Order: sequence, then C-alpha cells, then structure tokens
Amino acid sequence: MVNKRWGYWLFFAALFLAPFYLTEFRLSLLGKFLCLAIVAVGISLIWGYTGILSLGHGVYFGLGAYCMAMYLKLEASRGHLPDFMEWSGVRELPWFWKPFAYPMAAIAAAIALPTLLAALLSYFTFKNRIKGVYFSLLSQAVVVVLVTLFIGKQEWTGGTNGLTNFSTVFGFSLSSPLTQIVLYWLTTVCLALIFVAARRLTSGRLGKVLIAIRDAENRVRFLGFNPTVYKVFVYSLSAAFAGVAGALFVLQVGLISPEMMGIIPSIEMVLWVAVGGRHSLMGAIVGAIVMNTAKSFLSENYPDLWLLLLGALFVVVVLFVPKGLAGIYESLVAVRIKAKRGHEREARVDVS
Amino acid sequence: MFIDQLFNGLSLGSILLLIAIGLAITFGLMGVINMAHGELMMVGAYTTYVIQQWFANDMPHSAGLYFVVAIPLSFLIAALLGWGLEKSLIRHLYRRPLDSLLATWGISLILQQTARLIFGAPNVAVVPPSWLDGGIRLFGAVFPYKRLFILCLVLAIIFFLYLYLMKTRAGRRIQAVTMNRSMAACLGIATQKVDAYSFAIGSGLAGVAGCALTLLGPIGPTIGTYYIVDAFMVVILGGVGKLAGTLLGAFGIGLISTFVEYSTSATMAKVIVFVLIIAFLQWKPSGLLNVRTRSLD
Repeated sequence: MVNKRWGYWLFFAALFLAPFYLTEFRLSLLGKFLCLAIVAVGISLIWGYTGILSLGHGVYFGLGAYCMAMYLKLEASRGHLPDFMEWSGVRELPWFWKPFAYPMAAIAAAIALPTLLAALLSYFTFKNRIKGVYFSLLSQAVVVVLVTLFIGKQEWTGGTNGLTNFSTVFGFSLSSPLTQIVLYWLTTVCLALIFVAARRLTSGRLGKVLIAIRDAENRVRFLGFNPTVYKVFVYSLSAAFAGVAGALFVLQVGLISPEMMGIIPSIEMVLWVAVGGRHSLMGAIVGAIVMNTAKSFLSENYPDLWLLLLGALFVVVVLFVPKGLAGIYESLVAVRIKAKRGHEREARVDVS
Repeated sequence: MFIDQLFNGLSLGSILLLIAIGLAITFGLMGVINMAHGELMMVGAYTTYVIQQWFANDMPHSAGLYFVVAIPLSFLIAALLGWGLEKSLIRHLYRRPLDSLLATWGISLILQQTARLIFGAPNVAVVPPSWLDGGIRLFGAVFPYKRLFILCLVLAIIFFLYLYLMKTRAGRRIQAVTMNRSMAACLGIATQKVDAYSFAIGSGLAGVAGCALTLLGPIGPTIGTYYIVDAFMVVILGGVGKLAGTLLGAFGIGLISTFVEYSTSATMAKVIVFVLIIAFLQWKPSGLLNVRTRSLD
C-alpha cells in the first residue's frame, strides 16, 4: 500500500514537472489528454464502481466546454456581438449569454449545468428503477438531443462550427506559452485533486455501498439503503468532473463543437476506461492518456488503420482483458508476490 | 392537410419499424445490445447498390427488376454476417449486456471502415426502379409509390414474422428460449442453435431495412449511425420482448414526430419526441407492452 502511494506521488510529480522536459507542442497535447483523463476518472467512478454505463458523458463534457467558451467568446468580441451571431442576423445578445461575461459565472455554470442535467436525468430514470442497458441507451438519446439542439440553434451556439477564435482569458493572451504552461499546471492540479477525492470516496463507506449497488442492487435496497440517492449522487459528481474537464479543455484547445460531444466521443470515453481498467481510478487516467496518445499518433499517420484498430480494440478488451491495463498490472504483481512467497517457503523448508 | 400529415406519420413509422424490427429480435428477445445493427443495415444497402450496378451494366433491359432480387439477397448476406458474428463473438456475451454493447460498437467501427475502404467515403446513390416513380392521388393528397412500397414491405415482414414465430416449430423454440432460457434448455431445446438463428434473422431484417432505405436517399458508410439511436428508442418505448410493442412504438413515434414537426421544426421535433419518450418511461418504465415477469432483476 505504501509503495502504491509512492507510485501515485511520483506519477503526479512527473506530470507536474512536464513543462521542464517536454516541448511546447507535446505539452499542449499532454494538457489536452489530462483533461480527458479527468473525464475518465468520473467514468471509472460510475461504471467501474457503481455499474452504471453512461454513454452520455460527451454531453457533460461539452456543456462545461461551451460554458467556458461562451465567456472566452464574449471576451474576444470586446463588447460587440460574437461574429457568428451577426452572421445569423441576431441583433442583441440573448439573455442567457449575458451572465457569461463574468468569468466566475462562467466557471460556476461550467460545473453547475452538467451536474444539474445529470441529476435530473439520473433522478428520473433511477427513481423508476430504469437501469443497466436502458439507462445507457437513454443517456445516448440525451446526446442525440443535445447535439441536434446545438447544431440546430446556430444563431445561439455557432452551429456545426461551434465556438472558436478566442484571444484572451482573464486578460492574458491564450497563445502565449506562459499562459499555456499555467493552464497545464491548473489541469494537473485539478486532475490530482479529483483523483484524490475519488479515491477517498471509493475507499470509504460510500464506496462500499456503490460497489454493493453494482453487484446486487436489490440486496442493497432490502438492507435499508436507498440506491437511487447514491446513484444520483455519484452520477452527478461524475458529470461535474466532466464539466470541469470540458472547461479546462476549451481553454487549452481553443475550440469546442458539437462533433466533440457526440455519440462517438462519448463511447470513446468509455473505451479509455475499459482499456485502462474500469475498476481502477489510476487505470482510467493511464488509459485515457495512452489511448489518446495512440490516437493522435496513428490517426495522423494511418487514418484508415486507426479506425480498424479502434474497433478491434473494443472487441479484444471486452473478450480477453475485461480488467484492462490495471488488471494486467495487478496480475503481474500477484504473480511476483506468489513467487516471493514460494521462495520464502522453500527457504523455510531448507532450514528445517 | 391532415391526411398528408397522417400519411407522412405512417410512412415515417413504417421506416422506423423497418429499422427497429430486427433490433426487436436481437435486443428484445435475446437481450443483446447490438450496436452494429446499423452497420448490418449498411451491408443491406450496399448489397442493393452492388446488385443495381450489376443489373444496370449487364442486363439493361430488365434493370428495373433489380429490387426484386436485392431484397432477398440483402436479407441473406446480412443474415450470414450476423450468424458469423453470433458464432464468433456474441455468444460469449449473453450474460454481459453492457459488454456486448462495447464489443458490437467495435464491430460497427470495423464494418464502417471496411465499407469506406471498399466503396469509398463519399455517399453512393442507388437509382430506384422506375416502377416506383410517381404516386397515387387520393383525397387531394399525393401518396408516393416508394413510401407505399415501404409500408407494404413492413406489413409483409410483420405478417411473415408473426407466422414464423407463432406457427412454426422453429419460431416457437425462439419464443420458448426468450421466455425462460434454462427451462427451454431443460426441455431439450438446443438454445445455442436457437440463439444463432434468431440473431441471423434479426440481422437479415436489418439487411432488408438497409435495402429499403436506398429508396429514400443516397447511402454511405455512416448510414447506420443515423438510425441506430432511433431504432433503440423504438424498441425501448415499445417494451422489450414484445414485437407488438415495437409496432406500436414505431408508429407512435412516427405520427407524433410528423405532427410536432409540422408545428415547430425538424430539430425541435426530435428534441420534443425524445423528451416525450423519457417522460413516458417515467409513467411506464418497461415500455408500452412487455413480457410479464416476476423475476427481480
């Protein structure tokens, strides 16, 4: 256990020091992946620990990103209407855009909106004991609804192009390397905090209830717990994580569009966690980083191959490595411990 | 005007039913989440395209007849593919529905990319047979033959499926396995065989749906993704395990969509219909019709 904690410290220290040993380009990529890793931690919480497979996390990620992007857009337009609104013939800023002129309001909304939507959706479905596959498919329907809405209401959301062309954040230029490094550090700190919080949560009593819900929900109910409360809480929490991730993502990438929150990204998010190991929070982080590194390398060099590989990976992971990279790591450790014990036993035999 | 709307609703409902009926078998009866269902439709659509090209090049005189050949062939090819999928992959996943969702999503990516490599990324157009051009004028409204044809095709499929499931031994075996797998196995039904056949039939029906979709517009590698969520919504709304529910669900969604669309816009109609579905599930969590069961999970 002590070793493991040391490993985590080393991992986050290495991430935090990355600006000193990575090029600017690599650093910006890593910053992006760390945002996605935050989403992965949330998915591991709900899927690995609670057994809820959400295919809708693109929505929460996207909502967080759009909230942040609206603020950036307003700051970039310097008191004028955002350019896409002028093109669509809008004369005045819509009322719901107005609060986003204030950065604090935008940040609050980036966390609150996804949480609220997730709470609403999960309350109404879990209260009626709609679960498993049905919940997954309903969450996917929510993705379709939101993406349709964001594309359709072009005059308010920028349509398929989404929101882009930002210049500054809190008055600092977004393109300056220093701002990017500060944003990277902010992302690392957020990831570390969220990881620690999620670990605390899962190692305590609450975590045990969540695992019990995953394994036998009705027994939990008969023991006097109300699974709905727990499920709504953990689902909303993971949506909040996704919202934070979206806000950080848009700051570093400088663009958000409906395409980035659709069905395909939402399912890919699940795959990162599956590859990393759904029952392990650290596995989810590693999975998100590894998968996205592979994607950015392969999809640039061999775009045809990448999709085939991605498809095959879904099949292979589900059939042969359901516990993902974390599972492989754990079984390696287990083998080593067994071997060690074996040696000890032999040694003892020798002595006697 | 009202008749126009009614017909559009029925027509949309028949298309929804067409894409959902195969899913109702694989998901409703077997409990497998087949995310590759849309890609099996794509296989049917491309089969139709290939047959149309073949007829147009080699037999220009009877080119209009290609559709008659295309329907059974799309069924057959998609069914074979489905059978292979069941034998190699799906049968390992019967007790893990969420995992079957992920694995079949992988299959759908592979099939999409394969189609892209064979036929190219841009959409291809299938020229509908000339005998389906035009329409009937009745009560001041025009009913296009293509849409009437799809409506009749769906009705025919429902009719034969009903006969198959209710009146043949093989169909009854499928029903028995659906209701109680272990009991059916105890009574000597080869459940694994039944699984493979049912999955093949569901896949074949997806192929026919793809074939019919070529009448409505161009087809491309991503055609399946457009329809898959709608198809699942139909099955969930209808209630899992009952084909009659799927029928009600499809026509219900079709009619409501067209009437809502008439008073708002296509975008808002989609949003409103999905919200209505989720609201409806609050009232009846297991859908319109469902197999009654006393089991807890």
